[in-house]
Amino acid sequence: MIIVVIIILSLIALVSAIMAIISTDMVSSIIFGGVVSLVASVIYLVYGSPDVAMTEAAIGSGLTTVVFLFAWFRVKHLGGKE
Amino acid sequence: MIKRFFTIILMVFFASLFFPLVGLISDRDSVSSLAKDYLVQGRDDFGAANIVTAVVVSYRGLDTLGEVTVLFAAAAGISLVFKGLRNEGKDKKYRVNPPSEILRTGARVLLPLIFIFGVYIFINGHLTPGGGFQGGVVIASGILLAFFAGNIKELNHGFVTFIESAAGFSYVAVGLLGIWLAGGFLDPRFLPMGEFGSLFSAGAIPVIYSLIGLKVGSEMSGIIDAIRSY
Repeated sequence: MIIVVIIILSLIALVSAIMAIISTDMVSSIIFGGVVSLVASVIYLVYGSPDVAMTEAAIGSGLTTVVFLFAWFRVKHLGGKE
Repeated sequence: MIKRFFTIILMVFFASLFFPLVGLISDRDSVSSLAKDYLVQGRDDFGAANIVTAVVVSYRGLDTLGEVTVLFAAAAGISLVFKGLRNEGKDKKYRVNPPSEILRTGARVLLPLIFIFGVYIFINGHLTPGGGFQGGVVIASGILLAFFAGNIKELNHGFVTFIESAAGFSYVAVGLLGIWLAGGFLDPRFLPMGEFGSLFSAGAIPVIYSLIGLKVGSEMSGIIDAIRSY
């Protein structure tokens, strides 16, 4: 049972990672990157390491995504090439 | 297109380099000798119910001090870079949409809960999963929500800097107390061990982790503020 959950989560992470690369819209790329971190944190939790899962969820999927979004909007505003 | 092709070739190459490791993954029925030592000795040594915290704060306390230092350097660097950018583009003003009703009301409900949850995570770091780093980041995310909802217009830099320096100084001071009163640098056993599993237990581990939590929280808030307000 647990192996099925892990496989499904890993597939979600893999698909989001590929989507983050091939997506043409930068905002969705950043969001997909956040999804990878979020799914990874659930995998850590299933494997029984809640401490790492909390760090991954808070920093990896929360703060990093927000910082990337901020940075992207600033770059866009400065008139950089898309 | 040809560039993307080379990227894919390179990724396949690296994947094939790491592929032999896949065969080494197997379920283990025992832990390594060092981990076994931590698991067996951890309770008697430090009395922390969450053994991960005992490892992070005590057995590997110096590493944690190094991590906090790296984080401090990163935060200082980000502030420095964005301060320089701010002076360059002073005339540029960004139009920011006012927060919606849903955001403002939701923030009013959620903000106290987020801050209390963050403080709970780092105060109970020695009992439940989590600790200073996680709690600090949760507090910083609360600050972010407060920015978005317009509850805070400007971060009080003097206050944040004071909390950060005071927490960092006290962290090192607690570590030095360990040299004089206990076994060595960052040894938390100079405070009473208390009852196993209660809030006031595990010596100075909760004190150290709370200081780390305050430091990380103020640093992350500083980073968010630097990026946001430039």
